[in-house]
Amino acid sequence: MRKPFFYVGVILMSATLAACGGKKGVKDGAGASVEDRGVSAAGADTGVDAYGRPIGAGGEGADLLGRRKVYFEFDSSTLDDESRALVEAHANYLVNNPGVTLVLEGHADERGTREYNLALGERRARAVSNFMGVLGVAGNRVQNISYGEERPESMGHDESAWRLNRRVEILYGN
Amino acid sequence: MSKILRLLVCVTVGWLWVPGAHAVLEIEITQGVEAGVPIAVVPFEWRESTPPPQMISDIIEADLYRSGRFDTIPHRDFLSKPHDHTQVKFKEWRLIKAEALVVGRMQRLGPNQFRVEFRLFDVFKAKQLSGFSYVVAGGQMRKLAHQISDIIYHKLTGEKGAFDTRIAYVTVEGAGRRPRYLLRVADSDGYGAKTILESREPIISPAWSPDGARLAYVSFENRRPMVYVQRLRDGGRDKVAGFPGSNSAPAWSPDGSTLALVLSRDGNAEVYTYNLATRKLRRLTNHHAIDTEPAWSPDGRHIVFTSSRGGRPQIYRMRADGGKVERLTFEGSENLRASYSSDGKRLTLVTRHNTGYHVGVLELDSKGLLVLTNSTLDESPTFSPNGGMILYATRQGGRGVLAAVSSDGRVKQILKFQQGDVREPAWSPYNRKL
Repeated sequence: MRKPFFYVGVILMSATLAACGGKKGVKDGAGASVEDRGVSAAGADTGVDAYGRPIGAGGEGADLLGRRKVYFEFDSSTLDDESRALVEAHANYLVNNPGVTLVLEGHADERGTREYNLALGERRARAVSNFMGVLGVAGNRVQNISYGEERPESMGHDESAWRLNRRVEILYGN
Repeated sequence: MSKILRLLVCVTVGWLWVPGAHAVLEIEITQGVEAGVPIAVVPFEWRESTPPPQMISDIIEADLYRSGRFDTIPHRDFLSKPHDHTQVKFKEWRLIKAEALVVGRMQRLGPNQFRVEFRLFDVFKAKQLSGFSYVVAGGQMRKLAHQISDIIYHKLTGEKGAFDTRIAYVTVEGAGRRPRYLLRVADSDGYGAKTILESREPIISPAWSPDGARLAYVSFENRRPMVYVQRLRDGGRDKVAGFPGSNSAPAWSPDGSTLALVLSRDGNAEVYTYNLATRKLRRLTNHHAIDTEPAWSPDGRHIVFTSSRGGRPQIYRMRADGGKVERLTFEGSENLRASYSSDGKRLTLVTRHNTGYHVGVLELDSKGLLVLTNSTLDESPTFSPNGGMILYATRQGGRGVLAAVSSDGRVKQILKFQQGDVREPAWSPYNRKL
């Protein structure tokens, strides 16, 4: 009865490793055939896994690549030091993987008006793409869109929810 | 990109005319006026054994009550129930302190033809102020009732009524992973709602054309905000702005020829005008801050808009062809989404004070700002076409609801829809008469 659990464990571990950018883990172990299919279905040559996350980007910044949300202060599109490091990791990844493209989806919390927040979300996406541009990412590889306050990450109506909703999501495509 | 597109769920977009059920809406007056005109609305006579298509006097009474300008006297206080001038004994109405009296009758003339007559009396002067007789189909009776309310309101207040008007709004059903966005149009009292657009992606910023025949709005159905104009008669629609970036915040010029809108195609949200006939686009603002939410003055000469050029969002005004920009709001840490009253003398806007985002009215002459609401997440204020009421979106009990406040702040009401999250109200211009 232990064997099935063992396989599930290996598959889960492989998936976790793949998600973290550890391509090597995918190739080893009993779950390899399952994982291989997942990677090829997503297009191994595009550098993203089945969840749209970059793979094969080990080394410095690899843990940052697993984080794909940049958060902002109220009514602000300024990147703080932590956000800059995060954006830099993704920019480096793009520079090293010329086939990969990004969508930057800007969002705002519910305070203020919908149209203002639409513009604010776009401004946040642009802050990220502008910084990527400075770091050498060609503009045509990054598309900015804004959902304003229409797609909250948290449905609450207090600062703990608003903090999560003021964000740019980094979405990998190909 | 193509993978993301492949993963996208199909967007359902269509125009529909689905008649709404009648009992989906309840109006709760949360704050009334103490000095409304006491008025008695006697139930209209109806001699048939089956009920009438609409009880016109009930609709009139509800309209007058909702306006906050009247104190409707309970029927149990009535000493008699007259239906025309020959039956009215003014002394009985003076006794219960009614200042105005409405009586009338409804008769069936044919399978779907009805005669409706009403009379309005000044009780103290013992004098008829107005009286009309109409022949209408059953389906026109609600509209007729609102028109009668408009006549009564005008006679008694000296101001034009706005009961025979419509509202547009967005309802979101099934919040969470797969919400449905419905753009709906209903009578000003919330009845007779029809869905004119349904989508899996957000719909915001509906705006009525000055003739009331079309709505402009922003739909995200193409995974990006784009501006559409849709005819209400047949649902036919055109995409009028689908430039790269965001396309949003449509506002009609008073002559209906041009939309002011906000495009970010040059990288930043800027206000443009777009002539619907010539398709000529003209950029009006040029600032690295956010410029959005344009609205025209009723004379077509100015456009007000929200800008963060001073740090926080405030309301600014410019000529409708661009040019010099003047800041209008100085009270409140933020002011957003202004729009004009029909007389051009006031703006309604969202104003932020330390307690949150409230509905406010700015007097343009004095620049005085009146804060009308104390709820904290108010949005999208829109004047009734007579300027007497402001409809807006707020939150109550964890849901988005529509609410209305009289423009002096004295009367407040919540419109309770049975389901969904309701938002983005826009009050129509005056309807055409029957």
